[in-house]
Amino acid sequence: MSVIESVKAAIEKVVPFSETVIPADPAGEGEEQQPDQVVHSAGAKEVDFAKTGCSLDVLCTAEQILDVAHALDGEQLFIESIAGVDWPKEDQIEVVYTFSHFQDSDVRVMVRLRVPRSEPKVPTISKVFSGADWHERETYDFYGVEFTDHPNLIRILLPEDADFYPLRKDYMP
Amino acid sequence: MTLPVHLRHDETFVLNLGPQHPATHGVLRVKLTMDGEYIVKAEPVLGYIHRMHEKLAEAGTYPQFMPNTARMDYLHALAFNHGYALAVEKAAGIEVPERAEYIRVITVELNRIASHLLWWAAFLLDLGGFTPLLYAFDDREQIIDLLERVTGSRLTYCYMRFGGVYNDIDDEFITGTRDFITRLRSRMPRMYHDLVTHNIILIKRIKDIGFISEEQCRRYGATGPVARGSGINYDVRKNEPYSVYQEFDFDVPVYSECDSMARYMVRMDEIEQSLRIIEQALDKLPDGPVMAKKVPKILKPGLGYHYSAVETARGSLGHMLVCNGDKNPYKLKLRSPTFSNLSLYGEVAEGMLLADALAFMGSLDLVIPEIDR
Repeated sequence: MSVIESVKAAIEKVVPFSETVIPADPAGEGEEQQPDQVVHSAGAKEVDFAKTGCSLDVLCTAEQILDVAHALDGEQLFIESIAGVDWPKEDQIEVVYTFSHFQDSDVRVMVRLRVPRSEPKVPTISKVFSGADWHERETYDFYGVEFTDHPNLIRILLPEDADFYPLRKDYMP
Repeated sequence: MTLPVHLRHDETFVLNLGPQHPATHGVLRVKLTMDGEYIVKAEPVLGYIHRMHEKLAEAGTYPQFMPNTARMDYLHALAFNHGYALAVEKAAGIEVPERAEYIRVITVELNRIASHLLWWAAFLLDLGGFTPLLYAFDDREQIIDLLERVTGSRLTYCYMRFGGVYNDIDDEFITGTRDFITRLRSRMPRMYHDLVTHNIILIKRIKDIGFISEEQCRRYGATGPVARGSGINYDVRKNEPYSVYQEFDFDVPVYSECDSMARYMVRMDEIEQSLRIIEQALDKLPDGPVMAKKVPKILKPGLGYHYSAVETARGSLGHMLVCNGDKNPYKLKLRSPTFSNLSLYGEVAEGMLLADALAFMGSLDLVIPEIDR
């Protein structure tokens, strides 16, 4: 079984595969789409690696992320990054995790979840992937996402007395 | 790892290293809890040169962000140019002429050699050797002159455009590059390897120091020479071939000793591999335009998430681009390699002698503006 097949099998145990995800559109054609057309619902989907740079796009909930991380850890993937995306119209903050594989080429799993903007709380995965510690601190720093049970959730790049989250869309310096 | 002495956690003191310390190569601060000469705990403190490039990306149009990319990793700026160009081209569906991709590869690889030479010089300066700096800067100067000729700048390049590069290379650049390859190859064995690599003082300082296991690399997401010095055969140029790298025959140097010497050897071998790539690219260089026709002035990539990775001198650089059909990027996340590579410092430096920890820090090849972004 290839790496991507076993990764799919491992993820399927946590997040079922579905067709509810709107795939990335090819650019520059068709009518302009509004960001609020992206409906968040749980489900994983295979995506075109050549177009998106990812082989799997997994949409999960905040409660599922720890299980997803354990599944990916079991498949020997490494953590690449954690990023936030602010969606003020939906009143949500999205957290995007990317994982990749050292040996097998073209394996990149993008895991996305959304939390309400007023109370952004996500369980930490730094106990599974130690590198997530700093990435989660950065996401907390820029978006104010609170990673519960994080060992040291303090500002990392901004000054320690900063009282704003600069990458939120409504932040004006 | 077994600690060399019994560390008495009740009699420790805090030592502040940086942010203005020569061995941290910029403004990195490390808060060290010491027991005598041994490190009990090391916490890197970041953010001294943070400029919020990600917010700047959202504030401007796609092309407006291109000059910023070079201000992050100023030592391998062209790879950051290249990574951003590839990410936007992927999102907007722009085809790049073959000649332009060859020129991109030639310049990026030249820049990679310059970056490794500067790392080599600075690393040895940390360890107390001054002469290597002069040799390395002599060679690096040749590269900078060549790149200045085509790109117009010496350090923070803004050479790439969506759809190609802004300036074609000329015969003088080609002959100059070929002369440089011959020159560096003739200098490598004596000036680099005989003088430094086989030097017993260097070997005693960095061999078996700074052990990073394969498992640690995976848990922390360390890439580039740090991972390849720990026996992981991972190079984005081979694992996810982008641009025209699949056209070239080159090896990925991998050492499984996991120590600072292994990371040193990976970078030294990579210089030779980059020379091989440049040589092949010059031989195969096709004719044609260096810019794609019909690249729209205002790019408006449609809704979607795009991830694009390139291999810089320090590891895998990722651009995570969220587009929403607007002329500005909705979100650009920069996954910088040294951020992940440095995050394992605290775990590895525990129990080390302070002098060894500084040698180990040098072997990670830190570029602080890229960590802090």
